Amino acid sequence: MNAFFWIAGYILLAPVLGGLINGCDRIITARMQSRVGPPVLQPFYDVFKLMEKDNLTVNRFHGYYLFIFLAFMLVSGAMFFGGQDLLMVIFAFIVADMFLVLGAYSTNSPYSSIGAERELLQMLAAEPMMLLSAVGFYMVTGSFHVSEIVACDKSLILYLPGVFAGFCYVLTIKLRKSPFDLSTSHHAHQELVKGITTEFAGPSLALIEIEHWYETILLLGMIYLFFAFNPIVAVLVTLFIYFLEILIDNANARVKWELMLKSAWLATIILGGGNLLVLYFILHG
Amino acid sequence: MSWIIFLILFPLAPAVLLLLFRSVSVQKWIVLVASALICVAAIGLAVTCTGAQPKYFSITSSVVNKLVIAGDIILALAFLFVCRRLSLKWYWIPLLVIVQYGAVVFYDLSGRVPAVTQPLFVDNLSVIMALIIGIVGCLITVYTVGYMKHYHEEHPDVPDRRGSFLAAIFLFFFAMYGIIFSNSITWIYFFWEITTLCSFIMISYPRTEEAWHNAFRALWMLLLGGLAFSMAILYASDSCGTVDFRHLLQMNKSAVLLPILLICFAGMNKAAQFPFAKWLLGAMVAPTPSSALLHSSTMVKAGVYICLRCSPILENTASGAVVALIGGLSFLAGSAIAISQRDGKKVLAYSTIGNLGLIILCAGVGSHWALWAAVLLIIFHALAKALMFLAVGTVEQQTGSRDIEDMHGLISRMPLLTITMLVGIAGMFLAPFGMLISKWAVLEAMAIRSPIYPPIVIFGGSLMLFFWAKWMGKLIAVVGPAPQRERGIGIEWTALFGLAVLTVLTCALYPFVGYYLIQPLYGQDPILSQGSICMVGIMLGLMVLLPLGFFIHWKNLVHVEPYLSGANVSDPHQFMGSLGNARQWSFRNYYMGKFFSEEKLFRGSLVGSIALMVLMFVMEKL
Repeated sequence: MNAFFWIAGYILLAPVLGGLINGCDRIITARMQSRVGPPVLQPFYDVFKLMEKDNLTVNRFHGYYLFIFLAFMLVSGAMFFGGQDLLMVIFAFIVADMFLVLGAYSTNSPYSSIGAERELLQMLAAEPMMLLSAVGFYMVTGSFHVSEIVACDKSLILYLPGVFAGFCYVLTIKLRKSPFDLSTSHHAHQELVKGITTEFAGPSLALIEIEHWYETILLLGMIYLFFAFNPIVAVLVTLFIYFLEILIDNANARVKWELMLKSAWLATIILGGGNLLVLYFILHG
Repeated sequence: MSWIIFLILFPLAPAVLLLLFRSVSVQKWIVLVASALICVAAIGLAVTCTGAQPKYFSITSSVVNKLVIAGDIILALAFLFVCRRLSLKWYWIPLLVIVQYGAVVFYDLSGRVPAVTQPLFVDNLSVIMALIIGIVGCLITVYTVGYMKHYHEEHPDVPDRRGSFLAAIFLFFFAMYGIIFSNSITWIYFFWEITTLCSFIMISYPRTEEAWHNAFRALWMLLLGGLAFSMAILYASDSCGTVDFRHLLQMNKSAVLLPILLICFAGMNKAAQFPFAKWLLGAMVAPTPSSALLHSSTMVKAGVYICLRCSPILENTASGAVVALIGGLSFLAGSAIAISQRDGKKVLAYSTIGNLGLIILCAGVGSHWALWAAVLLIIFHALAKALMFLAVGTVEQQTGSRDIEDMHGLISRMPLLTITMLVGIAGMFLAPFGMLISKWAVLEAMAIRSPIYPPIVIFGGSLMLFFWAKWMGKLIAVVGPAPQRERGIGIEWTALFGLAVLTVLTCALYPFVGYYLIQPLYGQDPILSQGSICMVGIMLGLMVLLPLGFFIHWKNLVHVEPYLSGANVSDPHQFMGSLGNARQWSFRNYYMGKFFSEEKLFRGSLVGSIALMVLMFVMEKL
């Protein structure tokens, strides 16, 4: 029953919370750039306005991919907050992302396609670390189930500092923040125009925004797991990590994909793999 | 017992008939009837012979053993016969034949090989393999009938010997059923080498310079495996005192590790693991059905099957860990190289090498969960890979190209064929389809074993995702109204649709497969828990239902042309160039040749895998 409330809570409240976090993000970003910034509810105003606009589309199929994208995002998040198998959560998350990529490919527009290709690169860079984190959780707690990882009384961060650092590294990629905002970004104009979202306008773009809120909450939820032994600390750390992401976003210029892929994989192998190796010898040595 | 004998011997009948009758329509009926019978027999076997305990059957007559020895001699002569085309430079290929057969036949005739009282057996793993060979193999055979018709229309220079090609397929079934039901390693060896001969016949079918070259390369590489197998027989007869596979697997690990490693060597060789990957890549010159057959239900699956059988001995040994690493290396290298490939069939070939590597990895680890995952991989890979090969073969016949870039916007030109391809690709990497269920099972199995294996599985999986996804993206780009080109595809649809439906259906039915077939073999597995089945069910439901929405005509959509920085002209495939003239724009996928160059990675993997192979035999002493 508890799981049911969590799932319902995620589906209903995640967009609200995600939107608020997004609003704060924009204010903090503005302050870092010595601007005043929009009101905290601006993301919601944006989405409502987008909803009222014409649904411009290149062909009649590509908008629909976003529905599937959102559906799998919800499934992924619901499984996570329902305490299910973390590996399956990540796989569903990948499927969701896949459908965004497929939608972009389906438009047959050059900017969109190159954004899709770069999004695939981002997935290639970030996924190994996410899955490796799940393996790390398993090695400490003996289960892949989120419910059991949360219930574990060990402080996971002490066992998995490297994995945590690696996860934070790829979090920037997953949130598509600078310097890893290769596939698309919130900035108005850039060499890719809007990359993967180029051909999505009006209500379709609103859908992508809402999905991004769900996504943010799910990713922050994964950060929470590292500190689940103490909920207050966990929430504070999670918010702090998000603040760091904003700081990094504002302090860095976009890098080339080669650097992203190499550095992310290095971080995965050295921080993640190294951590697991040491942990294995501590636990079984 | 009768099912087994029927399955082994029956395929010989259509093989002989196909050689006798030259009429195309007669051949077609022979194939259809024989395929249907094999399918039914495989299902009959599954219904009657499934159970927790393997069943062993004795054969009292000594005639059968003599027949196998006679068969060995005939095979050796056949190998020598095909070698007549070789120049003296290749003297060592016939030498390989003479050495291995000379030794085995000498041992046999001089009575040094102990007799096996129960040479036939069946257990659930054999049943699963029999179903795969029966159902997937027969669908491919049916496809072949239609394919070969077009093939010979397109290649008038290739002599029409389709009867012998079809006969080789049935001979393949004979050999495969022999391998999976034999309990005597001398018998397995006999059937093992028949598959080598069959693949030679198929690869050399186009009779071009390249085909001969690749066929002989496949021959010598596979004969190396045969040599290892024959050495295993000699060693087992001399030192272990038995060639009964069951008894070998029950003996003390240190006593049988060497022959088991030799058999695994043969298995990895047949499964095209590095350093033997080259033969499978060369096999693409043959007509597509042969690739489908070699890659999915036969040949390479014989290799992983035998490794799975050996895994109880490999478990927890240093050599077993090295076997797992060789598999892991092939998984990583195969998946990485596939990224840089444009040729559709080559991508499929590298992905086969990769996926089989994953199965070998599981066999080397040998824990029950790992074996669980391996069996799931075998099943799902067979279906999806057969489907992919057949679909790519049909696309090649329709468009004259199997370059992935030429498949841009295929959904607009050939919607039905593209949908079957999309099912195949989704089956290869997307949750919750089969391969992903298997990968999930692999990860769950590896996470407890050692910190080395999970990163291999994870990195390989991510690489795989990349190349499948970009292929998928190419297919679904909507290029606008285009002439419909799906013409002249006849009987091939049976196989394409059949495999597409099976790919989705087995995924839905995996709990049953797991419960009735795999659980009795390897015990409980977490992926059979209620929560897991539920999650897979929900995702599969969404995956099947949601795409139906593509058929809805949404209202209030405003159609626009794709964004081209404001330089659009009336044709959406062109833009206004800086000199004021309309120019074509085009978009190509990323292949990242610098990162994933075939040449460099292939060479590196060869060196690495040869070193590991040596290490594997050195570790045996530990």
